[in-house]
Amino acid sequence: MKVIKQTTAAAAFHEIKERAESHWRELWHDKPVIMVGTATCGRAAGAPDVLQAFRDEVKKRKLDCPVIEVGCMGHCYAEPIVIISKPGYPPICYGYVNPVIAERLVKEFILGDNPCPEFVIGALEANDLLPSFDDFPRAQHEQKIILKNCGHIDPTEIEHYIAGGGYNALAKTLGTKPEDIVEEVKRSGLRGRGGAGFPVGRKWQYCREAPGRTKYIICNADEGDPGAFMDRSILESDPHSVIEGMIIAGYAIGARYGYIYIRAEYPLAVERIQIALKQAKKLNLLGNHILGSSFNFDIILFHGSGAFVCGEATALAASIEGKPGTPRPKPPRMTAAGLFGKPTVVNNVKTLAFIPLIIRNGTEWFTGTGTKNSPGTAVFALAGKIVNTGLVEVPMGTTLRQIIFEVGSGIPKGKKFKAVQIGGPSGGCLPESALDLPVDFDSLQEVGAIMGSGGMVVLDEDDCMVEIARYFLEFTQRESCGKCTFCRLGTKQMLEVLNDFTMGKGAMEDIDSLERLAGEVKAGSLCGLGQTAPNPILTTLRYFRDEYEAHIELGKCPALMCQHLIAYYILPDKCERSCDACVGSCTVEAISPNKKRIKVIDQTQCVKCGTCLAACPPQYNAIVKLSPPSEVPAK
Amino acid sequence: MTASKQETTTEEREQIKQETGQILNGFSRKRPGLIPILQKVQGKLGYLPREAMTAIAEYLDIPAIDVYGVVTFYNQFRLNPPGRHSIKVCLGTVCHMKGGYITLDAWKRRLGISPRETTDDREFDLDTVACVGCCTMAPVTVVDDKPEGVVEPTRVDGILLAFGYERETKDKEKSESD
Repeated sequence: MKVIKQTTAAAAFHEIKERAESHWRELWHDKPVIMVGTATCGRAAGAPDVLQAFRDEVKKRKLDCPVIEVGCMGHCYAEPIVIISKPGYPPICYGYVNPVIAERLVKEFILGDNPCPEFVIGALEANDLLPSFDDFPRAQHEQKIILKNCGHIDPTEIEHYIAGGGYNALAKTLGTKPEDIVEEVKRSGLRGRGGAGFPVGRKWQYCREAPGRTKYIICNADEGDPGAFMDRSILESDPHSVIEGMIIAGYAIGARYGYIYIRAEYPLAVERIQIALKQAKKLNLLGNHILGSSFNFDIILFHGSGAFVCGEATALAASIEGKPGTPRPKPPRMTAAGLFGKPTVVNNVKTLAFIPLIIRNGTEWFTGTGTKNSPGTAVFALAGKIVNTGLVEVPMGTTLRQIIFEVGSGIPKGKKFKAVQIGGPSGGCLPESALDLPVDFDSLQEVGAIMGSGGMVVLDEDDCMVEIARYFLEFTQRESCGKCTFCRLGTKQMLEVLNDFTMGKGAMEDIDSLERLAGEVKAGSLCGLGQTAPNPILTTLRYFRDEYEAHIELGKCPALMCQHLIAYYILPDKCERSCDACVGSCTVEAISPNKKRIKVIDQTQCVKCGTCLAACPPQYNAIVKLSPPSEVPAK
Repeated sequence: MTASKQETTTEEREQIKQETGQILNGFSRKRPGLIPILQKVQGKLGYLPREAMTAIAEYLDIPAIDVYGVVTFYNQFRLNPPGRHSIKVCLGTVCHMKGGYITLDAWKRRLGISPRETTDDREFDLDTVACVGCCTMAPVTVVDDKPEGVVEPTRVDGILLAFGYERETKDKEKSESD
């Protein structure tokens, strides 16, 4: 990169940086610090109470010990999470903390010198005292680049971000020609993290070279995939990384305004972005004459209103314009005629979070990770039937097996792995045989799934593949905007066929017509929603066809999940006469004892909620699910 | 989405007009303001009554059908007045696989309404939500904006029982003080 002038920007930033660093050093100087993770996942698990308990305790004992709120470390299975850093000890991470444990940690660790190893998940640095995260099997695969700050800094303090090297890239950018920034991003080979994997640098170049003076950059934070929460976590835990990326993108493409399009369901992320924008403006990192340069840039926050299709760029633009979010045919591309008809770049949250790091550390650093055609790391939200639910960041090219069994620690309760669903409603279900596949943009497409935005739901033997396909179709059908015929009618038709299957109706030839229709919807739909909606059907048909056949031919759900195809039954020789647990648990009073005090389910009343199965004491284990329901013995 | 079952009273209509007017004064008369206006009005009133939609259409000088079109397109907007307690059942992938649909059935059975409706006494409204990101606590129901983990049919009864108890004590206190 050619530096055109030793700008005042660098000098102005130097001052800000010095101040931030000195405040950061002060915070840690010679005293313990307690960090409580209060992202949405932590809050749901009770982090606010834990935070209050620490604050009360520290206040009561008049300790010089700051208690700060941080974002999400990604270990969602162990929320609420607390990190305590005390001089003389490595920073220690505690899991499943509650107010009682909080009180004990203050009493015994902050005041005393017992680090309470019984509550420790791991230390953040290698040491002689406690196992550290580096000793975990998952550490071999994990490589945190864009999640590095998450859970370690206070997202409402811009100085924490700056002290860690933040906004350096912006200062560097302002002293470089915009074309050179575009060139740098192009050379890095960064591909869009929203799902499709379009080269980011090329997108920027198209927009920069498009005629016209007004241009826009939009950050797409409309994370609508059910089961995906990577973007939410980054926005809540490290909002400045996204803002810095946007400012750099704005400079590179020549935009004066940027929009962050954020989901209404993420109130905490909205709040933290608002705070971050205010702070950036105050330090003149945003606004007019940024850092004394001639570059002006502002960011507007736009609240999405809950429409999945608005994740599609043209629909998103329509939504900002105040219209229903329906996509339009392309071309023209967004980079030629986007928001308000002007050239526009739409980038995903994670894509923008990579930008400052690439500018700061250089292309070679970035391409050193990942595969040749998909450099960098991938962030996944692990959920479903997996031990370590949460966020993981691994280099592109890591295999699914490594992610699920080594990083995620496999399937709980000794159950058997059945499939992994990648990419949400647009993705597909992959079976055991695909697990050794290295994950990158191209390899996943070959097996019928897509990278998607990063949701990864693990399914075990209790999950029915026909039902999961039906679930996703129900979602896409509901979210289809109705503009193009294939998507509007095709998804509806496919859903009806699948509904029939899960009820044991339908004929074998319906499978073929479903497959044909799926191909047609894929080919004929206007936008990504319709083009990818058939993926869950096509992949389950490809890998789990026998389950479809069992539903149709035998009226049987092999995973015992489809409600119409199962019945609950109490085994008479196992049922204990003196026990009434199931009778009391039944929500519709369908269970009553017979003359011998053996409990019997009235099948006409039963709503198949499974409460009785959970209520039956394990020593009897008398309640079973049967499929097809005709297997229930007649009296 | 169905229109409101409960009729609004004359006073309510007056209040709606007045409050919508106040919010509108803070916006310019441009089309891109439509969604932010709707969000603000719903934030204030809890839903988007007919009177509010007409007032917004007049203010922006666009056909009322355009406002209605946007309102019915997005999941966030509702046409029914909210209940005193809001019940939102998460139907994200993980909640679904762990039985969120069974929980929804239980809520429907107990409240006697379908999603996006309000009970006749305006005590509860029921809705579904695509994912609240607390997948580790599935199946989740958001009760009055607080996510409750592992809400299975018995827990549904438990939550309703707690509300019923709360109401009874309040009624009792009221009748005693009368």
